[in-house]
Amino acid sequence: MSIERYSYDVVVIGAGGAGLRAAVEAREAGFKVAIICKSLFGKAHTVMAEGGIAAAMGNANSSDNWQVHFRDTMRGGKFLNNWRMAELHAKESPERVWELEMWGALFDRTKEGKISQRNFGGHEYPRLAHVGDRTGLELIRTMQQRIVALQQQDGKNNGDMESHIRVFAEVTITDVLVENGKAAGVYGYRREDGSEILFEAGAVVLATGGIGKSFKVTSNSWEGTGDGHALALRAGGKLIDMEFVQFHPTGMVWPPSVRGILVTESVRGDGGVLTNSEGRRFMFDYIPEVFKDKYADTEAEADRWYKDQANNRRPPELLPRDEVARAINSEVKAGRGSPHGGVFLDVSKRLPAEEIKRRLPSMWHQFKELADVDITEQPMEVGPTCHYVMGGVQVEPDTAAAVGLQGLFAAGEVAGGMHGSNRLGGNSLSDLLVFGRRAGMGAVAYLKGNAAKPTLSEGTIKRAQERLNEPFTNTGGENPYTIHQELQQTTNDLVGIIRTKKELEESLEKLAKFRERIKNVSVSGGREFNPGFHLALDLENMLLVSECMARSALTREESRGGHTREDFPKMDSKWRQVNNVSSVEGASVKCVQERAKMLPDELAGLFEKSELAKYFTEDELAGVKGGSN
Amino acid sequence: MARPIKLRIWRGNKDGGDFHTVTVDANEGEVVLDVIHRVQATQLPDLAVRWNCKAGKCGSCSMEINGKPRLACMTRMNSFEEGETITVTPLRAFPVIRDLVTDVSFNYKKAMEIPAYAPPANLKPGEARMEQIDVERSQEFRKCIECFLCQDTCHVIRDHEENKKSFAGPRFFIRIAELDMHPLDTLRNRKQTAQENHGLGMCNITKCCTEVCPEHIRITDNAIIPMKERVVDVKYDPVRWLGSKIRKREDIS
Ligand SMILES: Cc1cc2nc3c(=O)[nH]c(=O)nc-3n(C[C@H](O)[C@H](O)[C@H](O)COP(=O)(O)OP(=O)(O)OC[C@H]3O[C@@H](n4cnc5c(N)ncnc54)[C@H](O)[C@@H]3O)c2cc1C
Ligand code: SF4
Ligand code: SF4
Ligand code: FES
Repeated sequence: MSIERYSYDVVVIGAGGAGLRAAVEAREAGFKVAIICKSLFGKAHTVMAEGGIAAAMGNANSSDNWQVHFRDTMRGGKFLNNWRMAELHAKESPERVWELEMWGALFDRTKEGKISQRNFGGHEYPRLAHVGDRTGLELIRTMQQRIVALQQQDGKNNGDMESHIRVFAEVTITDVLVENGKAAGVYGYRREDGSEILFEAGAVVLATGGIGKSFKVTSNSWEGTGDGHALALRAGGKLIDMEFVQFHPTGMVWPPSVRGILVTESVRGDGGVLTNSEGRRFMFDYIPEVFKDKYADTEAEADRWYKDQANNRRPPELLPRDEVARAINSEVKAGRGSPHGGVFLDVSKRLPAEEIKRRLPSMWHQFKELADVDITEQPMEVGPTCHYVMGGVQVEPDTAAAVGLQGLFAAGEVAGGMHGSNRLGGNSLSDLLVFGRRAGMGAVAYLKGNAAKPTLSEGTIKRAQERLNEPFTNTGGENPYTIHQELQQTTNDLVGIIRTKKELEESLEKLAKFRERIKNVSVSGGREFNPGFHLALDLENMLLVSECMARSALTREESRGGHTREDFPKMDSKWRQVNNVSSVEGASVKCVQERAKMLPDELAGLFEKSELAKYFTEDELAGVKGGSN
Repeated sequence: MARPIKLRIWRGNKDGGDFHTVTVDANEGEVVLDVIHRVQATQLPDLAVRWNCKAGKCGSCSMEINGKPRLACMTRMNSFEEGETITVTPLRAFPVIRDLVTDVSFNYKKAMEIPAYAPPANLKPGEARMEQIDVERSQEFRKCIECFLCQDTCHVIRDHEENKKSFAGPRFFIRIAELDMHPLDTLRNRKQTAQENHGLGMCNITKCCTEVCPEHIRITDNAIIPMKERVVDVKYDPVRWLGSKIRKREDIS
């Protein structure tokens, strides 16, 4: 079969917020960029983001600044965050939001005509720039239109709109090609006709998003199959802290076909309360020790907070997501759940119907059309859903360069470190832009320092080609859909929101069996737009990611953020010093421990010592200079 | 509770195709896309269908259901009569790739023809000031999820391949309107070029596009008609007159 062949300076895999921002950066530096995505242009998972984008612009409360945002992010991640990434993110987010506005984004406004900012869990001040509850759509469309604007400039300058940026939509990449220890290209196929396609590249940026489709109940779109995680592993990259998976507390639970679809946190930010079957606002029972001084302990105070934030503490419904998800899980387990196994979320008593429809239009729409529930009059039923992976490709914070393979970069959800053990709402969209841009800059700097593009050898190409064609060479094997469903059930049951040693060990045994089974997966039909074929290739990625998650989860004997061990229910400062790093050796996943870095003094000094004492060991604390008492 | 339903699915490619009828279970609360997925998983593993979010947010799963342009993920099974056979076909206005998947590249080409947003040259990042009431009109159009159902239903191109060259279609009329109503856009004559270069004149306000829009964007009333009435609009629209601080000049010929 003939292979379509292209050559670009930078190949970006992924057309979500991170990929598009990286592409813009590389093009603006004068390089030729290919953007490759599995879906149509403008459909990436980012389009689903609802609540907003976090940036300390201080429009709603002028006390906000990067230091406060940094602190909130570190607290949310229980101090396991890569502090340098959290610092860059907090500092650069406002510029990235303003830049979107320069490119045509139309955010909701404050009375003074500035970009409006809303409250969200874990953020001390109203910080999320938003457009109703469709912020992701605005981000994606703005970036898409920015790309078109650049293409129009290129058309004017040199007669070819695609001379510097070309989008290859519905192309799936199955391998990052490595030559002489450097990323040298990517290999994949076009969905439309199944034809094979090869890109030579000086630098490769992974921006492939998350892993949600490895779980049964998830808010993610079909694209979230961990492709970039697996591509990096197979090419020699590493993943860090894969045990940290965010279960968003509020997914829809009924009817079954919509189970998992997200109910935005803005519902709580705008006053929605959580109650159990006894009508009790149960979140007051679940305020953890480390947050006691920041959250209201009576309903009266919590209710006052919506009007007067300076003199009251925030309602516990706005605790970080991991806390709320665990609380809901416990209520349901204790038999105090709603009829369909969730809890109630009610905003109808707080806001007038018109206001709900204005602030939360897609939520109103979603419940009305999919569940026959009118949220302006009735409570919603909600429960945890797999939402986001904090773990991901290990990168250098400033350049987004992947550790372990030169010429490979990673940004967005596929990259790890930034969010530590738990991500705050709104911090992903800003992460995409901050580190998408930095990955673009990193690739540009790398290209400038590495004049010669490595040449791809025939052997490398042939190996990629064989792997791609494997599902067609098997006959009479299993159906990929069946295996996918069973895999999702396994991760949900055994590597889910609450974990134990026994279950994690069991999951690893099961995953090993899946590995045998997927070797024989066979697909029927031809190569043209064949979803069965596509799924057969995705399975391998989901399995690899699931193994990393299970192995890291088994290793970490404590509970922190998006990793809860029933057998080790407490957070342990000794584990704060540990990053779990996964890599692939031969066919097996290896997980080793690396020492997590301590905050430098100037950042440690942003916290009170008494707060640091909740997270750091005594030895570490003794070494901290500065820090207020 | 599961109940068996009959689904008539068009299968084929650019060279032609045929209907394939299957019986499949539908459960309480399901949408057409769920049922198509069940057919894929249990009967026709290579059945081609496009989808992403299954939540009405990405506009990928556009197809025709009983002849009407719809999102498969937002069409509830209980909206059909008991025992009714449900027919699903690919969008008619675009070339078929395979089964329910069509080649919508027409739309991406048109998107590249619309002149981009042009902010004032001296505007610095972070300094834009706009009133909520001024951004709302454009925000309505920015709700568009690019499902292209309006493009599919518009009779100007639905069965008239020859018109595609000179007609951008309702999706892109709202894009032009959005930029035209953007409080800070400085490019002049957007309405006029809509008329002259993008085929606004070929639209005869049948409102079919508005009817199928899953985002309930009032494409005709709020975008097309105001642009067609450009002279009146520019001179007398009080909202616009009061609202915009920096107003564009329209060279009215
Ligand atoms: C329902 C929902 C609501 C959310 N709301 C918010 C919010 O309000 N605020 C916030 O900050 N975050 C939110 N998030 C999280 C946030 O949306 C995501 O983390 C983020 O959009 C991920 O963006 P990304 O650029 O990393 O990748 P994605 O947007 O996931 O894009 C991945 C891209 O990679 C491509 N790709 C993947 N694999 C391959 C392959 N093998 N070959 C070729 N291309 C490939 C895909 O086609 C796609 O273009 C939300 C998430 C969900 C699910
Ligand atoms: S109103 Fe105009 S654009 Fe809309 S469907 Fe009718 S002719 Fe087409
Ligand atoms: S205007 Fe409405 S129907 Fe047309 S593409 Fe956008 S969302 Fe779809
Ligand atoms: S799958 Fe996204 S709109 Fe239907």
